[in-house]
Amino acid sequence: MTALFSRADQSILGRWWWTVDRTMLAAFFALIIFGIVLVMAASPPVAERIGLDQYHFIKRHLIMLGPALLLMFSVSFLTPRMVWRLASLVLAGGILAMIVVLFTGMEIKGAQRWIHLPGFSLQPSEFVKPAFAVVAAWFMTFQTERPEFRGNRMAAGVFLCVISLLLLQPDLGMTVVVSCIYGAQIFMAGFPLWIVVVLAVLGLTGLVTAYFVFDHVQSRIDRFLDPSAGDSYQVKKALEAFQEGGLWGAGPGQGTVKLQLPDAHADFIFAVAGEELGLVFVLLLIMLFAFVLLRGFNRLMECDDMFVVLATGGLLVMFGMQALVHMGSSVHLLPAKGMTLPFISYGGSSLLSVSLAMGMVLALTRRRVRSGVAGGRRRVVKGIRKGTG
Amino acid sequence: MSTHPFSRKAVKIKGSRRSALDLARGRLVLISAVFSLAYILIAARVVDLSLIQGELQHYAESEAVESDEETGAIVEEQVRRADILDRNGVLLATSLEMASLYADPVMVADPVAVAEGLVRVFPDMIYGDMLQKLQRKSRFVWLRRNITPQEQYGVLELGQPGLKFEKGQRRIYPQGMLAAHFIGYTNIDGKGLAGVERSFDSFLNEAAGPLALTLDIRLQYILSREIRTAFEKFSAQGAVGVVLDITNGEILAATSLPSFDPHDPGGADQKALFNRLTLGVYELGSPFKIFSTAALLETLDVPMGKTFDARKPLKHGRFHISDFHPEKRRLTVPEVFVYSSNIGAALMGEMVGTEALKDFYKDLGLFSSLSLEIGEIGHPILPETWRDINTLTASYGHGIAVSPLQMVVAASTIMGGGTLLQPTLILDKNKAEKPRENLDLRVVSPQTAHRLRQLMRLTVTNGTGAKADVPGYRVGGKTGTAEKPGPKGYDRKRLLSSFIGFFPMEAPRYAVFVMLDEPKGTKDSFNYATGGWVAAPAVGRIIASMGPLLGVRPLPDGTTDDLAVSLKHYLHKEEKKGKKSLASY
Repeated sequence: MTALFSRADQSILGRWWWTVDRTMLAAFFALIIFGIVLVMAASPPVAERIGLDQYHFIKRHLIMLGPALLLMFSVSFLTPRMVWRLASLVLAGGILAMIVVLFTGMEIKGAQRWIHLPGFSLQPSEFVKPAFAVVAAWFMTFQTERPEFRGNRMAAGVFLCVISLLLLQPDLGMTVVVSCIYGAQIFMAGFPLWIVVVLAVLGLTGLVTAYFVFDHVQSRIDRFLDPSAGDSYQVKKALEAFQEGGLWGAGPGQGTVKLQLPDAHADFIFAVAGEELGLVFVLLLIMLFAFVLLRGFNRLMECDDMFVVLATGGLLVMFGMQALVHMGSSVHLLPAKGMTLPFISYGGSSLLSVSLAMGMVLALTRRRVRSGVAGGRRRVVKGIRKGTG
Repeated sequence: MSTHPFSRKAVKIKGSRRSALDLARGRLVLISAVFSLAYILIAARVVDLSLIQGELQHYAESEAVESDEETGAIVEEQVRRADILDRNGVLLATSLEMASLYADPVMVADPVAVAEGLVRVFPDMIYGDMLQKLQRKSRFVWLRRNITPQEQYGVLELGQPGLKFEKGQRRIYPQGMLAAHFIGYTNIDGKGLAGVERSFDSFLNEAAGPLALTLDIRLQYILSREIRTAFEKFSAQGAVGVVLDITNGEILAATSLPSFDPHDPGGADQKALFNRLTLGVYELGSPFKIFSTAALLETLDVPMGKTFDARKPLKHGRFHISDFHPEKRRLTVPEVFVYSSNIGAALMGEMVGTEALKDFYKDLGLFSSLSLEIGEIGHPILPETWRDINTLTASYGHGIAVSPLQMVVAASTIMGGGTLLQPTLILDKNKAEKPRENLDLRVVSPQTAHRLRQLMRLTVTNGTGAKADVPGYRVGGKTGTAEKPGPKGYDRKRLLSSFIGFFPMEAPRYAVFVMLDEPKGTKDSFNYATGGWVAAPAVGRIIASMGPLLGVRPLPDGTTDDLAVSLKHYLHKEEKKGKKSLASY
């Protein structure tokens, strides 16, 4: 591929190729391939059980990969400034859609999350997540540039608005992820530790409240703490799947425990990986996720743009948390929480949202000489240059 | 920002941005560390699951299986659900291990050949049906549940890798419909859904040995046979019957019609599954005269010759109490009982008084649910507010609805000598869930009990229950012909006709009760559908069959020493007897 573009190539595509994080891109492709294999293995029994054509989910997954990849690539061409503009648009649209969903949305499995478009349904909250990470980062950065701008308060306001909409659906998993994004961002933004601690305590209090307010949360946590207390069928089957898989797995498509996993293609696809691919490949999968995270964080070490650090940090935390919660609940380290595994699980909205988020990460982590997005900065730099030069 | 390039503010901002970035990077390292740790934890857990709990466990299990095969030990996978036996050890319910056949269509290479083979093994299978199932695009499809070993052998002979078996247990009831309401049934997963199967569900799943019931399958057969005969002969809607040992409360036989096949309760309609004996509550009518008469004798010292004016129907407010076949004269206590006069019984109840009668009924357990070891127990229906009119109607069994078994138990309490009887279905008292209550609770005195025995015997020798008599077995009893409540008051055409009999009458040991729901009179019964005509003969036949079986010695023919003789002179209708007995009810 390198032969395609000369180092001196100054076309948009050439510049993109030499500045984008190609290793990260390769990792995403590896995840996508894992995803195709696992959706092919896991979804036919699910489709059959709910009376669809057995290739239904596979077809849709492959069809969705096209727009998803296109989205990721085109977003990765954007400059940081354009990224935040895009994010603000998506956030505004997403919040609006979430309000609409509250009133008109269809109820699926006890929550109103979906908006129906011809041909497929969208879950607006999936897109609000990454957009929120970027917008909040921009607000916080802008305050460090212009102290009179109340960016931190505005970020907090947006955060409260988003999580209250999420809680109204109710979608606790998403709330936790958004809270983690925001928590990580204020942590990175250098807020005094006590504020971070206070907010963490508030978050925990919120979780405890959720335990008492939402029946389904209570029963999930009760079942996590005491598996014999109630029906923990999926988790039991998931554990069984890992045990059946052993070191080398049953081979793609050869699993039998997955036949009894109602959400094998989405919320429990990690268990299918355990059964069919075995320990070796599952460890590889975990390492891939860890690699994406650490590579991304590492890339930020050499970056001197606060906005890029906060936005990318937030996006990566979202990516890492989602994978963590998914894998954690499959192996019964966390209470069962339906969350998709980025790039792997079936699910149009989640695939598009992860592609958007990672496209933004690719865009933000592109190597650049000097760039800035927070309006005041360039002028300050210019001013200093003028002074020194 | 319009600050001067050299202003302190601009420099400070740049400096603070640098330090802010450094701080952010430091904290980024911390976040990376936390994530790494979490991912390592997940990885460790996956290693624990797939390697330690998975791979090594499988290895250990295969070792164990090999060593079992060497030593010949058999590993029992499931614990068998315990059997249910009758009192003599006859099997009433048992679990058999059976294989069920399913297919993994993906493994079926040649569906046509497999379907042809299957149709040879199971001649009743439809070829097209099988072929369609085998061509499904799934990994699992049931072909036939619970197949016989021979059929399984036949399927194995086909040698098709796509045909597989799953072992399971099937509950089998060798006695079929006999006592189905009391033994109960289970669902396909072996969970008890009715009768003893339900109330002893966990016991049966955990027990080492079988559970013995008080039922005697021989008596159960006799009872069922006679009840079914009467049920069909009189085209009844339903029928119940019970045989009770009144010395200890053990239920020897019990039945409710229409019945169902416990192997296929899903195929029966709701009416058939309904246990009329214990769950249904009815206004049973005249058998309640046993209780009102006992209350009269117990609470007031009334001589047998005391008369009650039955010359004209009793008017109480808007209520109107009349007799079926009015005697139109003053009746003595035995006459009221033996000719089953509603007017007389109501007057007796009035004499006893509302409070005393209520207390007496309550002591007999007629106001609360019966306590028995099955869940299908109906709660009595009582008047919302008990007025004086309710005292009058309750004296002849109306305005109060109880389950038939509850009435039989209360009557048996009196016949047995007056101490409260606790019915039971479970032979081994240690296994009975409910603790035995104090059985020495006396409800009536032995004197009253003796009087009632005499009256019941008199009813059979000289009254409405003549058709229940069995030579030598000294049967006593009481008929009941209750009109069922309809939309417009009580309906003369829809009857609950019953007979409660006891024998041998000198020292009653067994109670036999038969009730038909809406029987229709036949030519044989001169179109009468009363208790004396439809239920009493059935009771007589049951006693005639079970007496010899239970070793009850009949009195030799011509023995005149009869219990009821001393009361006969209170009956003033001898001259008409020959004609009247046809009209008895």
